[in-house]
Amino acid sequence: MRVNLTVNGEKMSADDVWEGESLLYALRERLGLPGAKNACEQGECGSCTVYLDDVPVCACLVAVGQAEGRSVVTVEGLAEGETLDEVQQAFVECGAVQCGFCTPGLIVQAHSLIASSPGIPEDAEIREALAGNLCRCTGYEKILDAVRLAAARKAAS
Amino acid sequence: MDFLRPATWAEALALKAERPEATPIQGGTDVMVEINLDKGRPAALLDLNPVAELRDWSVGDDGRLRVGAGVSYTRLIEELGDRLPGLAQASRTVGSPQIRNRGTVAGNLGAASPAGDSHPPLLATGAVVEAASVRGVRMIPIGEFYTGVKRNALEPDELIRAVRVPPADGPQYFSKIGTRNAMVIAVCSFSLALHPSRRAVGTGIGSAAPTPRRAPEAEEFLAGELDWDGRAPVSEDTARRFGELVARAAAPIDDVRGTRDYRVHALAVMARRTLGWAWRDYGRAI
Ligand SMILES: Cc1cc2nc3c(=O)[nH]c(=O)nc-3n(C[C@H](O)[C@H](O)[C@H](O)COP(=O)(O)OP(=O)(O)OC[C@H]3O[C@@H](n4cnc5c(N)ncnc54)[C@H](O)[C@@H]3O)c2cc1C
Ligand code: FES
Ligand code: FES
Repeated sequence: MRVNLTVNGEKMSADDVWEGESLLYALRERLGLPGAKNACEQGECGSCTVYLDDVPVCACLVAVGQAEGRSVVTVEGLAEGETLDEVQQAFVECGAVQCGFCTPGLIVQAHSLIASSPGIPEDAEIREALAGNLCRCTGYEKILDAVRLAAARKAAS
Repeated sequence: MDFLRPATWAEALALKAERPEATPIQGGTDVMVEINLDKGRPAALLDLNPVAELRDWSVGDDGRLRVGAGVSYTRLIEELGDRLPGLAQASRTVGSPQIRNRGTVAGNLGAASPAGDSHPPLLATGAVVEAASVRGVRMIPIGEFYTGVKRNALEPDELIRAVRVPPADGPQYFSKIGTRNAMVIAVCSFSLALHPSRRAVGTGIGSAAPTPRRAPEAEEFLAGELDWDGRAPVSEDTARRFGELVARAAAPIDDVRGTRDYRVHALAVMARRTLGWAWRDYGRAI
C-alpha cells in the first residue's frame, strides 16, 4: 500500500509498504531517516521515540498505515540548519552521549518534557519522563544533567 | 495482509461485520509487539485511529463516565484523574510515558491479559463495557467480560465503543507489585474502591488467576465491619481478615514473574495497605 505523511515538515510518501510494517521501519528503511533507532521493537527501550502529531511515541509500535495523513517529527527535525536544538546542545556539552544509540529517543522525549514544563522540572519528574528510555552506557547521571541544563536555559530565555 | 481504515464508527462496524477476522488496532502497544516479534500475522488490521467518535469521553445517560475506546492513558490521567482515581492510578503504572501516550483501556480490555492494569479498578468500581456491532449495542458488566486467559466476551463482529465507569463516590486505590516503578508487568495487583453511599466495598485482583476477578467474600465481610458513620479506625483483626479473604479469592500460579505463594502473600499485604490508605482518606473527609 501507499502511505502519505508529513515528516519534519516535509510531505513524504512511501510505496509498496507492507501493511504490518512499523512507522520506525518506514522512517529508517524507506524514507532515509535513520535517526530513530531500532533496538527492541517492543516498546521497552524508547530509542525509536518520535513525535506523532506532537505526542512522543515509540515508532516501533505505530503501524505505518496509522500515520497516514499525520505529522511526524524525528530527531532529525529538531535542529535549525546547523544550529542544534537546545536539548541536543546540552547533551553534547554535558557528555550525555557515549555510544549514542539511545540518544535520538532520549532527545525527543526530553524535548517533549521541557516543552511541556513551565519551569525546571524536578528530578523525580525527569526520571519519570525518561523511564521508558534505556541507556546502557552513561548511568543516566549525565543525561539528567543535560536535561536540567536545557530546561534551565529555556527557563532563562 | 489488508489495512482497513474506516473514517467513521459506522464504517468501522460495517468493516468488522464484513471481516470478523480483522484485528482492531488502537494504540498498537499490544498488536504491534506481536507483529514485530512475528508471534502471529493478522489477516487484516482495522485501524481505529481515524474514528473521531472514539477519541472523546463524556458523561453518559447512566451517570457513568463514558470513556471512548480511543482515549489514551495519558489523557485519562490528566482529564479524569479526579473522577476516576483508581483507574487513573492504575493507568500511571502502565509502561512508560510513550506507552501511555498510545495505549488505551479499550486495548487493555481487547487483550484481556490477566495482568492488565486497568482490570482491577474496573472490577472494583463496577464498570460496564459498551460493545457494539452492526446488530446493535450491548452493555457488558465487567464481571462478565473476562472469559479466560486473554479471552473476553466480545463476539467476532463486535468492537468496544467505550468503557463506562461510575465516578468515584469514595476513596479508591490501586497497588501493583513489580521489580521497578516503570515498564513492569504486574507480579500481582489489587484495587479497592469504597462506596460509602451504598455502604459497599469493591475489589479487583490482577495477575493472580486465569482472569482478573473480584473478591466477593472479602467485599461483603469488610462492608459489614466498617464503621461507616463513626469512621472509627479499622481494627487490626478486620484488616488481617480482609487480607486473608482477598488472598483466598485468588488462584495464582508459579511463573517467571513470581511464585504462587508470593502472590498469595503479596495480595494480602496490598489488600491491608489499600484499606489503610482508603480508610484514612475517608476519616479525613468529614
Ligand atoms: C513496553 C510495554 C509496556 C507495557 N506495560 C503495560 C503495563 O504496565 N500494564 C498493562 O496493563 N499493559 C502494559 N502493556 C500492554 C499494553 O500497553 C496495554 O495492554 C494497552 O492497554 C493496550 O492498548 P492499545 O490501545 O495499545 O491496544 P492495541 O495494541 O491497539 O490492541 C490491543 C488488543 O485490543 C484489541 N482492541 C483494541 N481496540 C479495540 C476496540 N475498540 N474494540 C475491540 N478490540 C480492540 C486489539 O485487536 C488487540 O487484540 C505494555 C506494553 C508495552 C509494549
Ligand atoms: S525500538 Fe521501539 S522501544 Fe525499543
Ligand atoms: S549512550 Fe550508549 S546506550 Fe546510551
